[in-house]
Amino acid sequence: MSAVPPLSESNRRFMSGNEAIARGAWEAGCNLAAAYPGTPSTEILEYAAHYPEMYTEWSVNEKVSLEVAIGASLAGSRALCAMKHVGLNVASDALMSQTLAGVGAGLVIAVADDVGLSSSQNEQDSRFWGRFAHVPVLEPADTQEAYEFVRRGFELSEQFNTPVILRLTTRICHVKGVVNLGQRQEISRNEGFVKDPARLIMTPGVAKKRLPMMFERDEEVQRHSEASELNFIQAGSDRRVGFVTSGPTYMHVREAFPDAPLIKLGLSYPVPFDRIRQLADQVDQLVVVEEVEPLLETELKAAGIELLGKEILPRIGELSPNVLRPAIAGLLGEEVVEEAPVKPPVEIKPPAPRIDPATGINVFPRPPTMCVACPHLGIYYCLSKIRNTTISGDIGCYTLGAGHPWNALDTTICMGASMGIAHGLDKGRVEADKDKKVIAVIGDSTFMHMGMQGLLDITYNKGNVTILLLDNRAVGMTGGQDNPASGRDIHGEEAMQVDFRKLCEALGVKPERIHEVNPYELPTLFTALRQEVKVPEPSVIITNQPCVLVDHYGAQPALTVDDDKCTGCGNCLDIGCPAILVTRRETVVKPNGSEKELAFVKIDSGACTGCDLCPKTCGPDAIVPLANYVRQ
Amino acid sequence: MSENKITNILVAGIGGQGVMTAAEILSQTALAQGFDVKKTEVAGMAQRGGVVTSHVRFGSQVLSPAIPPGEADILVGFEPAEALRWCSHLRPEGVIMINTTRQEPPVVSLGLYDYPEDPVGEITNTGIECHAFDAGAIARELGNFKLVNTVMLGAISELLPFSAEVLKAEILDRFRGRKPTLVDINEKAFELGRQAAADN
Ligand code: SF4
Ligand code: SF4
Repeated sequence: MSAVPPLSESNRRFMSGNEAIARGAWEAGCNLAAAYPGTPSTEILEYAAHYPEMYTEWSVNEKVSLEVAIGASLAGSRALCAMKHVGLNVASDALMSQTLAGVGAGLVIAVADDVGLSSSQNEQDSRFWGRFAHVPVLEPADTQEAYEFVRRGFELSEQFNTPVILRLTTRICHVKGVVNLGQRQEISRNEGFVKDPARLIMTPGVAKKRLPMMFERDEEVQRHSEASELNFIQAGSDRRVGFVTSGPTYMHVREAFPDAPLIKLGLSYPVPFDRIRQLADQVDQLVVVEEVEPLLETELKAAGIELLGKEILPRIGELSPNVLRPAIAGLLGEEVVEEAPVKPPVEIKPPAPRIDPATGINVFPRPPTMCVACPHLGIYYCLSKIRNTTISGDIGCYTLGAGHPWNALDTTICMGASMGIAHGLDKGRVEADKDKKVIAVIGDSTFMHMGMQGLLDITYNKGNVTILLLDNRAVGMTGGQDNPASGRDIHGEEAMQVDFRKLCEALGVKPERIHEVNPYELPTLFTALRQEVKVPEPSVIITNQPCVLVDHYGAQPALTVDDDKCTGCGNCLDIGCPAILVTRRETVVKPNGSEKELAFVKIDSGACTGCDLCPKTCGPDAIVPLANYVRQ
Repeated sequence: MSENKITNILVAGIGGQGVMTAAEILSQTALAQGFDVKKTEVAGMAQRGGVVTSHVRFGSQVLSPAIPPGEADILVGFEPAEALRWCSHLRPEGVIMINTTRQEPPVVSLGLYDYPEDPVGEITNTGIECHAFDAGAIARELGNFKLVNTVMLGAISELLPFSAEVLKAEILDRFRGRKPTLVDINEKAFELGRQAAADN
């Protein structure tokens, strides 16, 4: 990994929002950054880890990462904590109390909302947490601001003794733009941790006394927000419509309506009502442009400011100039060239053809799949073949098991929920399901994030769930980051490696009910699974092969299909390995008159890692090592 | 409105094909030519073989990062079905450059969906200016499938508001630092791509 990028003759850099945030934190003298990986926020910490002046870590979950950051802040160091929107739900417990206690040195919580749902279980609006926790919210509009607002966040945090939320969206995190950089400024550390039990020991008595402080602080920040240059009005010549913007919507509005007056809210909470009224007075109509929830809209309307919002703009997904233009044209009574589309997530469904609707362009979906040779392939293969079960899944790569060809999952709700939900499925079963076995599937990282507690609940409450703990030693879905199961830290350096067998034992699973199996050994896996679902107590089957994305994954020579032996049975396709491709399909009539679909296959030798999984499904032994095949 | 002509390039393909790298190289070249640049991708869970698109926009000032549908000037399709999926993002006078090497996903192998019979033909029928050639074959002949990236950049190099030589230099410089042995072969890939675009 490269160290700090040197500032040569030019300080102009092409950076992603996430990279800019890490850089901004470093320049602002931040000493600690912690996170649990989650799209679209992951790279903030990956970049932060390049700066040796900042202690960085992958925490086991967002609540812990926020607690670590709070600790550092109280110890006198500026601290950054990064997470995706759903992560703040997890961390919210710590947030709600810390907002009362206040901070030490500046504390910034960078929260990335997955607006448009590129890879999340829900679309939620983290600006609500600002209101809920009485915490100021900064909303950068592009990469340059993402970089600058980190420092502003630390400053605000110190000025008002509060954590500050830096609210990001995918269109900040994953956009690269030009950023003008500066240098790191070490901030003179105060005397370190200041003992202050009347603030930091949050008993009911203390909390009660802190509440008036919090409301006073709200008012102070509100006054600051009215005066701050982070919130500014930009004049425009076409006063028919004015806009209230925050975050990336500022850019969309300026692109779509370059001549319209607008207010840009960089510090969007507390809301600068007076400034917005000033703008309202200058224009015929005011429109608030915000992504996801009508949050500002409701507040501004409640404050008696007349405006339009979600009446004319979509409530789902990302906004963009092409969404704004027709909506506003309609408002002005101009001809609407295009329907105001509520765009579906484009990566899943192709957009409707625009060039010639008559051509009816329609392309198959290309949903994400498991990787070639993924150690989970065999597990989902087994799960798809095992009958009379209810399978509770979890998030991450495990969710992919719900797709083709396995269709192996019955639920997926949120991180770590497979445990508790499985327990509920077991305890809440009705007579008709009395013979159904309950299986829970969870990954190593997810288990450590939130699953352990669920397992403890199962063992403590005499549950009966068979747990598949798929230890691939990485946070696979976000790109293979390290965690306590990988035995390496954020810098790739050696670290303690958790022993899941012992951990599960400590959580109350009987030693004889814990099995460790190689997920590429299909028969062993099947036997263990069959045996354990029958046992009326909690069992854990731990699989022990690494994610194929980690750089130390050991690939073997590729396999190939012997055309002379392949009968076209298609069994190997049930494994779901993307390296297995169909070369030709055939319909044959069996002696009994019924028709059978045959699919003859080949293996993409460039992709196959020789994991040796698919040969185990092939009756006629048609899948052979490439070298042997060529030699024959 | 001001004289701010923005060039919009949409790069589309599948996770792992080098879509992001191609977009990065285009962005860096535009940046070095003094443009304001924004680049964004819709990747999500794309590492798992899903659809990846990267939007590159440059001009004197770029505001919104994503290319509005119907406003792309150039579509670089790393895979024919993906080119078909995204061709509606082009402006009517836009240009499409397609690598015709097919990549069939498991849903097609499983027989759940059909791969379009003639994606290039379907695109040509819409009337868009369409150039298609087997960049994958060129890369394989040169001995490294990853060269598809450079071949495709070579293929669009004459369509950009800066010279093909500038783009080539940007690509080769990347290798000069890290893998000098790959400089010559990338230069060849770039030129073959440029040639193929002229011929097709
Ligand atoms: S051996 Fe079979 S399952 Fe394993 S990577 Fe190769 S094709 Fe895929
Ligand atoms: S399982 Fe064996 S025989 Fe059946 S399709 Fe696959 S390679 Fe051919």
